[in-house]
Amino acid sequence: MGTMSESTRGRNSDAWAYNARVGLILFGVYCVFYGGFIYLSAFDREYTKTPSLGGVNVATLYGFALIIGAFILALLYMVLCRREVDDRPELSEAEVAEKAVEEEGAA
Amino acid sequence: MKYDFSWPAFAVFAFFVSIVLGLSFYLGRKAKSAKGYYAAHGQIHWFVNGIAFAGDYLSAASFLGICGVIAFFGHDGFLYSIGYLAGWVVALFVVAEPLKRMGKFTFADALDSKFNSRGIKLTAAISTLIVSIFYLIPQMVGAGVLVKPLLGLPHIAGVVIVGVIVIVIVVTAGMVSTTWVQFIKGSLLVFFCAILVVMILNRGLVKETEVPQNQVVVKKDGAVTVDGKPQGHGPGEADIRPVGSVVSLPDPKQTSTGPLGPLEFIAAVQNSTIRTWSAKTAKQPDGSEVTAIKSAETKGADLLVRGSYFEKGLSPEYPRLDFISLMLALFCGTASLPHILIRYYTVKDGAAARKSTVAGIAAIGFFYVLTLFLGLGAMTSGAMDPTDNNMAAPLLAKSFGELPFAIISAIAFTTVLGTVSGLIIAASGAVVHDLMTNFGGMKLDDHGKVRAGKIAAVFVGIIAMFLGVAFERLNVTFLVGWAFNVAASANLPALIMLLFWKRTTKQGITASILVGLVSSLTMLLLSGPAFDKVYGLKAADAPVPFTQPGIITIPLAFLVLIVVSLLTQPKRVSPAVPAMAASV
Repeated sequence: MGTMSESTRGRNSDAWAYNARVGLILFGVYCVFYGGFIYLSAFDREYTKTPSLGGVNVATLYGFALIIGAFILALLYMVLCRREVDDRPELSEAEVAEKAVEEEGAA
Repeated sequence: MKYDFSWPAFAVFAFFVSIVLGLSFYLGRKAKSAKGYYAAHGQIHWFVNGIAFAGDYLSAASFLGICGVIAFFGHDGFLYSIGYLAGWVVALFVVAEPLKRMGKFTFADALDSKFNSRGIKLTAAISTLIVSIFYLIPQMVGAGVLVKPLLGLPHIAGVVIVGVIVIVIVVTAGMVSTTWVQFIKGSLLVFFCAILVVMILNRGLVKETEVPQNQVVVKKDGAVTVDGKPQGHGPGEADIRPVGSVVSLPDPKQTSTGPLGPLEFIAAVQNSTIRTWSAKTAKQPDGSEVTAIKSAETKGADLLVRGSYFEKGLSPEYPRLDFISLMLALFCGTASLPHILIRYYTVKDGAAARKSTVAGIAAIGFFYVLTLFLGLGAMTSGAMDPTDNNMAAPLLAKSFGELPFAIISAIAFTTVLGTVSGLIIAASGAVVHDLMTNFGGMKLDDHGKVRAGKIAAVFVGIIAMFLGVAFERLNVTFLVGWAFNVAASANLPALIMLLFWKRTTKQGITASILVGLVSSLTMLLLSGPAFDKVYGLKAADAPVPFTQPGIITIPLAFLVLIVVSLLTQPKRVSPAVPAMAASV
């Protein structure tokens, strides 16, 4: 791949900063959710025995929710993220391999 | 238990291995340059990379270890599934995109992108090597576990077979073949485990027809007796009986529930009484080892909350502290595992890195949901080996017939191959790219780098084989928990602070990696399980009273980084010169 132009790099910096902010917010949301699970499991085990949806206890359902919740937040992140612009020319597989050898040689 | 050679299992295993090796030789021609060998030219499609993430991450620990812990302890094993998956949130939201921008081949590239420091290069490379080797141990132990029922060979044979095959895979085509092996393995694992779960749900729960007897196994001078008879399957011989049954169902009049839905199955286990098993080994004055295999009736409701794994098994003194520490290490560990992080260099850009992580989370998350059913299915299958909880998943498959057993065992073996390949690539990258070229200043041309990487892969593979034999007696997921503790303590604080704190200095990063690495390793190697299962000493004599050091060593590494960075701030520069941090 070639080099990105300065203006493209500037636009991408904004996108990177925005994506990082969105990522941190979603990370914070998940941390609270995960922390709640650890707290209940460690300090209120009796409550986690309580049957809930379908007769399954809170501990198991909360565990499933953490797994499914991670996937939902990941999808949300993908939707919210700004895509970086890449104005470098698209290379064929052979060109990529050739370029890689050149780069290594130069290094 | 004594396992006999299984021809169907061997045939499926040989078929899978042939495909994997054939693919490696075919792809070998695409990995002539260093970028091809270590990062597959950065041209892997995001979906393939996402499933390869699953193939890389869902190791022997996830499959064999978690199923084993759930089968013997219930919900406690599922906690590993939750923690392993939650760690991907850190990887996606915090690490993926910047890491892709900052690095080239290895984790050390990213850490050192701002400073060009020899100290960072050295410590990050050492950390990569140690974490990779720690992670390799359970994979090799898993290989040894699998080969016993699959080929009827001893543990050491499995370790050597996996070691040799993986070295061939890595040496032939590096990251290109490793990616495709992981892609195939990830797809097969998730697909066939889903089928196995359907079979478990279709069988439902069946009440035991007779109360199984406790057993005593004595090992002396290489001979093994079970209940006073030589171990074997011939006349006059006896073997350890397979275990795992339901004492009473929710409806006491029923002998079987029939097919159940997913939530119905869990609720049925919760409202049943389960016969759980323990095997305790004690050394006798005459040098013999006596293992008492005992059953207990346990309420399902008690098995499906945090419980006996932490209180009776893992850490009787500080079960709550160990639990919190383990969950912290699992959460922080994923985004610090070098063999996972280098997968971000195999895709084109940040967007592809994000998309591949989401695909990985989908596949990995689905698999971890399945682990609860696999574990509970094994717990009630009547097929478990009470002396080896790592065998729960393959033996569960055996309870459905020889073919499911053959397929699941072969997939488990391929699972080990995929993960070990990734680990060896990460370790050889650390040796050649970080240590020899960047730190040591050795001038290697492109082919020289690839050749050196292949030689390093052979050495790392041999070390992994030795360790796989030495750590034979530990549960594989427990060992992976250790690797997560080391990775999270050594790597994550440095990575996070580099990304989000502008006052981070190279000295701070170097000190943080060193302190995180040394403190976590020291605490692990001085803990009860290491004393008991590795050194053969009394666990009670261990100076470290709990088994998961993350809760101390992760904050310690953060603290060290902050203090050292504040003490080593560069002298103020003229306002005309922009701060270096602002340019990153």
